[in-house]
Amino acid sequence: MKLFVLKTALAGLMAATTLGVAPAFAEKTKFEFWYGLSGDLGDRVQDACKKFNDSQSDFEILCTSQNGYDTTLQNTIAAYRAKKQPAITQIYDAGTLDLMLSKAFIPAKQLMADNGYKIDWNNYFGGIANYYATAAGELQSFPFNSSTAMFYYNVSAFEKAGIDFKPDTWEHVEEAARKLKAAGFECPLGFNFDTWPLLEQFSAIHNQPLATKANGYEGLDTEVVFNKTKFVDHVKFFKKMQDEKLFVVKTKQLGMDIVPAFTSQTCQMIQTSVADHGTVGKTLPEGVKWDVAMLPVWKGTERKNSLVGGASLWVMAGRPAAEYKGAAAFLNFLAQPDMVQWWSTVTGYIPVTKTGFDAMKANGFYDKAPYKGRELAIASLTYTPTSENTRGIRLGSFTQIRKEVSTSLEAIFMQNADVQKELDQAAERSNAILRRFEKTYAGQKLN
Amino acid sequence: MEKRAVFKSWWLPIVFALPQLLLILCFFYWPVAAVVNWAFTLEPPFGGPAEFVGFANFQEAFADPFYWNSVVVSLIFAIVGPLFAISIGLVLAIAVDRQLPGSGFFRFLYILPYAIAGPAAGMAFRFILSPERGLAASLNAMWPDIWNPAKYGEHALALVIIIFIWKWSGYTFIFLLAGLQSVPRALGEAAAMDGAGPFRRAIDVQVPLLAPTLFFLLVTMMTEGFVGADTFGIVHAVTEGGPNHGTEVMVYRIVDEAFKGLNYSGASAQSIILIGLIMIFTFIQFRFVEKRVHYK
Repeated sequence: MKLFVLKTALAGLMAATTLGVAPAFAEKTKFEFWYGLSGDLGDRVQDACKKFNDSQSDFEILCTSQNGYDTTLQNTIAAYRAKKQPAITQIYDAGTLDLMLSKAFIPAKQLMADNGYKIDWNNYFGGIANYYATAAGELQSFPFNSSTAMFYYNVSAFEKAGIDFKPDTWEHVEEAARKLKAAGFECPLGFNFDTWPLLEQFSAIHNQPLATKANGYEGLDTEVVFNKTKFVDHVKFFKKMQDEKLFVVKTKQLGMDIVPAFTSQTCQMIQTSVADHGTVGKTLPEGVKWDVAMLPVWKGTERKNSLVGGASLWVMAGRPAAEYKGAAAFLNFLAQPDMVQWWSTVTGYIPVTKTGFDAMKANGFYDKAPYKGRELAIASLTYTPTSENTRGIRLGSFTQIRKEVSTSLEAIFMQNADVQKELDQAAERSNAILRRFEKTYAGQKLN
Repeated sequence: MEKRAVFKSWWLPIVFALPQLLLILCFFYWPVAAVVNWAFTLEPPFGGPAEFVGFANFQEAFADPFYWNSVVVSLIFAIVGPLFAISIGLVLAIAVDRQLPGSGFFRFLYILPYAIAGPAAGMAFRFILSPERGLAASLNAMWPDIWNPAKYGEHALALVIIIFIWKWSGYTFIFLLAGLQSVPRALGEAAAMDGAGPFRRAIDVQVPLLAPTLFFLLVTMMTEGFVGADTFGIVHAVTEGGPNHGTEVMVYRIVDEAFKGLNYSGASAQSIILIGLIMIFTFIQFRFVEKRVHYK
């Protein structure tokens, strides 16, 4: 028994040492890539890694899921502080500013130039690239899995209720909701307290600022202003609709979130990410007609482009030069049109480059049933060139600010709190968060 | 007189204790030192110049009304949860200790919930007790909003505490059953001969003799309720601190602040306050409750 234990321990030790020295005599340069996607989407990332490893013999990418966007950021920070950071890491939209200020990364342009790749940076859709670029337009990370919010509606239910118009304005949505209700549908529109469609996308397409200093792009001394914009009226409208039982709250705490509520045909309209397009198509029973549209606007509003969501790939500083060659090769590989199309097909995320999108359009990808409608996400993202209010949101500790807003929405819609008072409080607390963030990065400037 | 074995040399005992000391140093004192350091500075998450800010992080926490809300929520959680978990464990242990037919099976059954991870139990209960789809849905159909943890903070707090009790009753049960089995049978039998029923025997004989075990459970369970992994896990899986801060226990706030908000400094300051609170709590327990516990 003792001998056995000793043997195992020794074997373990041996394994550890051989693993440690392996890169020394292996021909391939190995480098790490951490990502936050999990489940089915995580498997697709693994497929992408495998495709890359099979496509060439100089590099080997080791891909590890950290099971969640926030844990990936967290683990990247911990690893960076311990000088064990991966070469590439996937950081979600809300973590962009933390990375930008970290000085712990290699800017996208510099990496590709250093390793001899000529990239046409204008090939990225402006609505996507600007979220990850400096105010001057310098792209810092590589847009990867990108999405935007869409409006999903059940066409079969619409037909049953005799609705012959599209839900393109909120006036139409209200009218549709009334007709659906009259036709016996209990939940015409389902919504939850996710701020991404309700606050962020709404503000962008209605050209409303979320914060001063161009939504934070022009300085850390930004302040949120969402309690003084059209967003307040929009929340009041939602509240009125809720009181009339036309819009219904659906959260997992109540038993069912909005996407299951839509796919189980409990609710007939929802706003959610285009990334759910695949799930909705697979889950709704055969024969049920449904469609997506761009998020509705208020009548008379000049529609602007919507914001990109999802995550981008950051190349971390402090790795050996050989690994950067591999990282650049991998990122270049991902940008090839056939890879773009493959990724978009298997996940539902949208292509991030114009050539990728054009190639897919030319292939007739968007004409067929399961993928039809996804092109509207691109249309929504590129509706207008980006402007101050629509290029993105660059606020420190943005995850916490989102939480403040969604908590106030919870108070408004679940506990009947006063709309203006709650939003004022959320804004005040968000500003306190922003001031602390500014103090943490004292003396740093956004370039 | 006990016979004691004493080490002759001074270094040998230290060598024996060294592995343990190293472990404690690495996994306790070092992190604590790091937390104290964070608590008094502001440092960017990726590293960089750490600015000393004195008590600013503490002041920020204390100035926040929702922080005090989380203290109250935590206190309720850490008092109500453990008291019920211990009481239920006690009743179950006394019942099983009577060794009626089927005791073995029930002993196994009662321990089982403890084997389930808190977040998993939370997930299950979120569905079972959800207001629109679960068991409560039919109740809500009759009396609207009689049970709605998504709407009322009190209901939500009750929900997470129920899950905590459900899981930890199994744990207190093991300890109390073991304690009961060391109570001399003769005492119970003598009381029975004098005409004491099972209820009277439990109150006058078994519970007093269980006092050390009960005290141990009180201290450990309250600490568990305050800072246990399950307290965070359950709240995280079930309510995410909502509705409107209704179930925001201190640990949830700390984890949220640190890992979602990347505000390590604020989270560290709150951790230190929490450690202090637990020390006060434990002190009170030893000072006032232990006096009434007789070990021999």
